[in-house]
Amino acid sequence: MLAVENITKRFATPEGTISALEGVALDVPKGRFVALIGPSGCGKSTLFNIIGGLVDDYAGRVLIDGHPIDGTHHDVGMVFQEESTFPWLTTVENVAFPLDVTGVPKAERLERARRLLALVGLEGFENRFPAELSGGMRQRTAIARTLAFEPKLLLMDEPFGALDEQTRLLLGDQVLRIHRELEQTTLLITHSITEAVQLADQVIVMTYRPGRVKRVVEIDLPRPRTSEIVSSPEFGRLVATIWNDLREEASLGMKDIELHARAGH
Amino acid sequence: MSRRTRAAVAGLIGVAAAALAVEAVVRLGWISPLIIAPPSSLPGAFGKLWVEGFVVQPFALTIGQAFAATSAAALAGIPCGYLLWRRPTLGTAYEPWIGAAFAAPTILLFPLFLVLFGRTYATTIFVGFLAAVIPVVLKTREAFLGVPRVLLDVGRSLRLSEAALVRRIAFPAAVPGIFTGLRLALIYALVNIIGMEFLIDFGGLGRIVSEMYFRYEIPGMYAAIFLIVAVSWTFLAALARLETWLRPR
Ligand SMILES: Nc1ncnc2c1ncn2[C@@H]1O[C@H](COP(=O)(O)OP(=O)(O)OP(=O)(O)O)[C@@H](O)[C@H]1O
Ligand SMILES: [Mg+2]
Repeated sequence: MLAVENITKRFATPEGTISALEGVALDVPKGRFVALIGPSGCGKSTLFNIIGGLVDDYAGRVLIDGHPIDGTHHDVGMVFQEESTFPWLTTVENVAFPLDVTGVPKAERLERARRLLALVGLEGFENRFPAELSGGMRQRTAIARTLAFEPKLLLMDEPFGALDEQTRLLLGDQVLRIHRELEQTTLLITHSITEAVQLADQVIVMTYRPGRVKRVVEIDLPRPRTSEIVSSPEFGRLVATIWNDLREEASLGMKDIELHARAGH
Repeated sequence: MSRRTRAAVAGLIGVAAAALAVEAVVRLGWISPLIIAPPSSLPGAFGKLWVEGFVVQPFALTIGQAFAATSAAALAGIPCGYLLWRRPTLGTAYEPWIGAAFAAPTILLFPLFLVLFGRTYATTIFVGFLAAVIPVVLKTREAFLGVPRVLLDVGRSLRLSEAALVRRIAFPAAVPGIFTGLRLALIYALVNIIGMEFLIDFGGLGRIVSEMYFRYEIPGMYAAIFLIVAVSWTFLAALARLETWLRPR
């Protein structure tokens, strides 16, 4: 479904060239749920934007169903890290937006939007505006909006990154349900190990700057899963494995931040 | 009582207290009634203005000119501000100049406009337009610059055309900022039009203020000033309506 081949991306900054991604390669087969995890600043969002076709001037290739992409692709749906609901539209209008721009008749698009809102657990909030919802509800609206045009690949960039752990676990249940019901091929970017292990079939661990694939961990936990799985011993073992890989990278990131802080003062 | 009614009552109490204080200051003779008309004289003065036909027609004239100037400023200014956003080079090049022109008292060029347009509504409306268009341009550019990048990225990821991106996302996201510009525009247009009417003794409420002033009818002058406040109040309320219609949130 999705193949990323040897992606390298550099940014020119006043302090010199930053190598954000270096030879990143990964595969997301149809119907699979893959999580990409890495420390802050390792290039996750950069990769997300490249796969989504919002960034050019990178080296390497992104293939959807075997065809290299050039710019945005109608089979790829993106859920952004930042707040991205349209504040001037109600929840149901937000979700119906992609159908509106493609000319789906009003009754049909509102009907489909209502179904998707129910799928993400927002029944009864159809006519609220984003400002009247919690952060988690807004992100679920954004997910429903992306699902509305039925992308073959769902790309999510830390959709629950700003939320607390408990909320995140419960929202994870809803993501699992969506995945089960739609058999949605998904690439989830996250910095939460528990989230990655709870949701994914496979976790890809990235290194800190330049971002490379450090290790691929298969998550062989049985499906269907719920958030209760976090208390199982296998879950703990997988989290520990990934943390071992990630700890090194995260501490590199921390050192970098401290260094910058010192240089800045 | 709802919060709105309570706020309205609090506002009225404040205004009434201020009026009482002014009344007292004038009655006690601390300030001459030739400088400040006691508030109690205003209803009478208003009645007199009404009898002389100095209320409805001048009110309509001033509101009409302010409407014309603000609409023209919106029609010219919003596209200009949009262009300064779409072409960042233009934006960076012209923003400082337009910002500087904002501070210029263009009304002082009125002899020039008199020569160009004569003592007509073209002059008053043009002076109002000139003052009003600048905040519209600046605020429109600012509003578009302030549209969160991620909202545009959502549109891009949905493969919207550039035109659809602007119409469906950038514009609605910029509406509140654009309306800030329009509110400023209205106030600038009104102040300049009134000033112009006063200076050339022509048109609506500004002419009435001038007339009352030269007749030493101080209460009448203040009554006319109140009418000007009513114009701006009516207009701002209409703008607020338009804004909620365009963008409920
Ligand atoms: N437009 C840009 N110009 C210059 N440098 C950039 C740009 N975008 C990202 N970078 C740099 O590239 C690196 C990767 O950024 P990116 O946003 O992809 O990280 P991330 O893994 O998503 O981090 P987080 O988990 O905090 O969201 C960072 O060091 C960042 O400073
Ligand atoms: Mg990121």
